[in-house]
Amino acid sequence: MTGLVYYSSRSGNTARLMERLGLKALRLPQTEPSPEVDAPYVLVTPTFADGEGRGAVPKSVIKFLNNTRNRALLQGVIAGGNRNFGTTFALAGDVIAKKCDVPVLYRFELAGTETDIARIRAGLARFWAAQEQQTCLTQA
Amino acid sequence: MKDMTQARAVPKAINWNRLQDDKDLEIWNRLTVNFWLPEKVPLSNDIQSWSQLTPDEQTLTIRVFTGLTLLDTIQNAVGAPTLMQDAITPHEEAVLSNIAFMEAVHARSYSSVFSTLCQTTEVDEAFRWSAENEHLQAKSRLILDEYDAIASPLRKKIASVFLESFLFYSGFYLPMHWSSRARLTNTADLIRLIIRDEAIHGYYIGYKFQRGMERLDEAERKELKDFAFGLLFDLYDIEARYTEQLYDGLGLTEDVKNFLHYNANKALQNLGFEALFPEETCRVNPAIMAALSPGSDENHDFFSGSGSSYVIGKAEATEDEDWDF
Repeated sequence: MTGLVYYSSRSGNTARLMERLGLKALRLPQTEPSPEVDAPYVLVTPTFADGEGRGAVPKSVIKFLNNTRNRALLQGVIAGGNRNFGTTFALAGDVIAKKCDVPVLYRFELAGTETDIARIRAGLARFWAAQEQQTCLTQA
Repeated sequence: MKDMTQARAVPKAINWNRLQDDKDLEIWNRLTVNFWLPEKVPLSNDIQSWSQLTPDEQTLTIRVFTGLTLLDTIQNAVGAPTLMQDAITPHEEAVLSNIAFMEAVHARSYSSVFSTLCQTTEVDEAFRWSAENEHLQAKSRLILDEYDAIASPLRKKIASVFLESFLFYSGFYLPMHWSSRARLTNTADLIRLIIRDEAIHGYYIGYKFQRGMERLDEAERKELKDFAFGLLFDLYDIEARYTEQLYDGLGLTEDVKNFLHYNANKALQNLGFEALFPEETCRVNPAIMAALSPGSDENHDFFSGSGSSYVIGKAEATEDEDWDF
């Protein structure tokens, strides 16, 4: 079973999405110390990019992923954002995907819609099943 | 020495190295980095495209832009300044002064479009139209009523988020529509800069609203939430009629209304509330979505598309400050 890790700033958008998703998840703190995980997980994060795309990944997420062990266990990323930011919409997902060699699984706006919740839930179930199958094959 | 209690109150000098709320600095940085002026956009490249619009399409476009100018003028002259009076931190006040100024830049930039593309007489006529348009005037009055200095600080923020995150969109639709048809693409670039700014404004003011809500008891919170949904209904009523008046001629009214529903829900999310309009009424034309955020269509995602094109790359070593690309 793969876990979920998320970050939400005090605007609370990502936290509200996670609450409605209703799956067990670890929330990253605003400040130190950054936790360490011991099982594979999917990361859910908002985007804070400026117009040039700089600063897209929240600092708490950077701190968390700078831990080699945490980074190695990352399986995929789900990114929040706002389409009004044009080409930098949900950019944190693309930045993390490129840095950590994992797929962008999904993107949502602000706190997400009902469709987003349904797609993330179904998508995670499929993704985790596929991951487990792969693990079994590797071990066999 | 005179009696100090009689002395004029002097504000404390602002210290940006001592923050009560680090969101203030985060937003200050984003807004200042995003600073722009209309001169940055080569609007004259749209002259030929403008000449290919029909006279009715041109009139509609100028009118829509005078309507947007009015909202920016209100936010610059009344909205942001009145929010400054309620600022909790000196840094919030400074951020709001940036917001006020950028609204003046937005209002000014429509006049740049006009002076580049349009005849003075047409523009004067459109400004007269906006001053007399009952729907534009009605929505402005609803907002201005809340901006009255005696109004509650949190009601002001609700009105302000609705202006920033909802009321602009009946107007923003049109340049996105033209852009999706390869018309007025430079003007659309300018509008996207405005949309980007308004998104941060709506987010920030909504964030401050949520902080204010945290200090209230359950009954007060419920009262404000009821007020917010009530105001949104009233504004939507006006917006629906304004939309019909503007877009019936092009057959776009239903499409625009979906865009309004979608944005109304996002405005509510900025305030920390749940969506109001059901999703089936929020299905925005994909061409408009693509014009809004080029290159980020849904199928790019693993969970919603085929999954064949998801972003994947080589893993790189990470360093704290090494993520800003």
